[in-house]
Amino acid sequence: MALGFFSRLKEGLSRSTQKLGTNLTSVFTKRRLDEESLVQLEEVLIAADFGPEVAENVIETFRKTRFGSEVTDKEIKDALAKEIAKVLQPVTVPFEPNPELKPHVVLMVGVNGTGKTTTIGKMAKYFGDQGLKTMMVAGDTFRAAAVEQLQIWGDRVGAPVISGKPGADAAGLAFEALKRAKNEGADILFIDTAGRLHNKSALMEELAKIIRVMRKFDETAPHSVLLVLDATTGQNAIEQVRIFKEMVDVSGLVITKLDGTARGGIVIALAQQFQLPIHAVGVGEKAEDLRDFSAEEFAAGLVGNTNVEVSTTEVVEEKEE
Amino acid sequence: MFDRLSGKLSGVFDGLSKRGSLSVEDVNEAMREIRLAMLDADVALPVVKDFVNRVQEKSVGQEVLHNISPGQAIAKIVNDALIEALGGAGAVPLNLNAVPPIPYLMVGLQGSGKTTTSAKIAYYLNRRERKKVLLASLDTYRPAAQLQLEQLANQVKVTSLPVIEGQMPVQIAKRAMEVARLEGYDVVILDTAGRLSIDEALMEEVQNIRDVAKPAETLLVVDAMTGQDAVHTAKSFNEKVGITGVVMTRMDGDARGGAALSMRAITGAPIKLVGMGEKVDALQEFYPERVASRILGLGDIAGLVEKASETIDQEESERLAKKMLKGKFDLNDYAAQIGQINKMGSISNIMDMMPGMGKMKEKLGDKELDTSILKRHQAIISSMTKAERKQPAIIKASRKKRIAAGSGVTVQEVNRLLKQYDQMASMMKRFNKLGVKGLMRQGLSALLPKGMTPPPGGGMMR
Repeated sequence: MALGFFSRLKEGLSRSTQKLGTNLTSVFTKRRLDEESLVQLEEVLIAADFGPEVAENVIETFRKTRFGSEVTDKEIKDALAKEIAKVLQPVTVPFEPNPELKPHVVLMVGVNGTGKTTTIGKMAKYFGDQGLKTMMVAGDTFRAAAVEQLQIWGDRVGAPVISGKPGADAAGLAFEALKRAKNEGADILFIDTAGRLHNKSALMEELAKIIRVMRKFDETAPHSVLLVLDATTGQNAIEQVRIFKEMVDVSGLVITKLDGTARGGIVIALAQQFQLPIHAVGVGEKAEDLRDFSAEEFAAGLVGNTNVEVSTTEVVEEKEE
Repeated sequence: MFDRLSGKLSGVFDGLSKRGSLSVEDVNEAMREIRLAMLDADVALPVVKDFVNRVQEKSVGQEVLHNISPGQAIAKIVNDALIEALGGAGAVPLNLNAVPPIPYLMVGLQGSGKTTTSAKIAYYLNRRERKKVLLASLDTYRPAAQLQLEQLANQVKVTSLPVIEGQMPVQIAKRAMEVARLEGYDVVILDTAGRLSIDEALMEEVQNIRDVAKPAETLLVVDAMTGQDAVHTAKSFNEKVGITGVVMTRMDGDARGGAALSMRAITGAPIKLVGMGEKVDALQEFYPERVASRILGLGDIAGLVEKASETIDQEESERLAKKMLKGKFDLNDYAAQIGQINKMGSISNIMDMMPGMGKMKEKLGDKELDTSILKRHQAIISSMTKAERKQPAIIKASRKKRIAAGSGVTVQEVNRLLKQYDQMASMMKRFNKLGVKGLMRQGLSALLPKGMTPPPGGGMMR
């Protein structure tokens, strides 16, 4: 997704992080970086869901390098953003389907209500617009009207949706869909799954079964397993990633609902612990509201530096849409 | 839920209880740890600060520092503060004291579980309170949201307002109230679209809905896994639409439950209900005192008893209890017991509710306990003759072989079952000797054979 990372995300992120920005401003307008201000800075980070441990580590770095010096608000913001971007840089990997696979099978997983179906709709729209042939599988056969929800997305973005009866076996459905996608020469096959709490071992086992069954047809499938995380989630996101990764070998993350007040600070801890690529972020309910993840933008937004340069070509690109 | 917070806090108290007397520094150190444990559990920062300050103030008082067991005294203070933070003892019921049709308004962020919760509440009011409930979806934004509520309504056998394409949320609210008035509904549940609290247009819309429907309850639905953002969301929803209660969803997850601790402090509104699973009946009342004791690893005996009495066959258990008291507990009884345990749900859920068991569970790891062993035990027992079940002592080598073959297990597994039965039987005997009073005094650990005793400290607060 070359779409870049502009206005909507910027708007969303800056809004979501204004508070952190103002907090930082109020803490650090020209003053000595002393113990008290370090404590305050730590609290600002904690309030952004960094988690107490990560927040403390960041503060330690500051203590070592800048303790006692006169610092301005801007210096702190820049240094902090740099620190955060450094952590996020290695996991900033855009999602790129492999055109040779035909289809590139993408399995969407996550706990309930994180936005799996919406994200599939958005991704199908994006790659459909690029001229790729996309198909979707309504693998959430459990939740009421989940099939219809994906069907509406299919109609919106003009991609076929393969579905079964309510309560049907998701693994069997995925298997049939994979066969069909191969026959029809689809480029990408998105498989939606029912939301499930990661601590429900029976439900997690079901997810593993979808993969096992698909592999009977294509040993390499799924080619991507994307875990959809809600940005409002707190420290529990770590457990979510850990267990989903263990059970279904998650290959990358999508962070949704970044247009809200949640700041998604947990992403830093996730990057440190799991090094999983962060492919995209969701910044709204419309089909276009999906963006590539960018470490710099995210970090700048987190600390409230909203005047980050957005490359002009991208702005032009968006106007043409 | 709450497991890890509970584990960390009891670690703090264990540390304190090892000391005879406490200095101010000891207390400060404990407060730092409590603060960290709470932050790790996603309790909102302002709430943590306030909580720790209050506990600290009380903890450095003379009566605590000079208490014989200051650790216990502090644990008591924390317990009280937790109950207070959660809204004081006792569940707060849904408001049904209004002229029917009573409107309920469901609000919250996207994906917090409003629609599922709406259906659960409808089911709950219908079954427990015998109310005639009308469900109405005002979510005209998310694809198939209205259809979702309609399908759920069918599932719980409650009426849903017929969908009229193109109608706007405020109009739907009006129509729902009219229909309810004409057709004599007791409660109308208005399920709204998920919205961000900073989306001014949508927040204005929900205000308009509120003004039209004048809800008796405005319930904020909050995901129990929410992080620090819970503060902003709860605060601004409360400021803009006025919250009368909170429903925490996904409390059956393994999040540490901090958001639940923050809600009362931020909104002033009580948590009224908690969602405990995906099934329509997985909705429970919220008892702050029970949750507080679960957080502190004290167990939730009241909840356990309630759950047991809901699921367990009364006569059957009385019969079992009598047999146990007489020390006559055979394999038939064991099989019956397994059947009842299976009805109550997962073992780890039950263990959560038992005092002192939190740590044992921790030792077992995060995994859901394996209940397949119970099924296997049932199979083994059903391969025995009546005589063998009554008098397991007669089961020797050749009988074991036959039983193993009959139930598809190995002889070792049959042996294990018999050994376990022996342990249980001797536990029953010990129970007899102790009597009920002795049991209260010494706790569950008095029943366990040596080597199975939970680590000390788990029961210190009894």
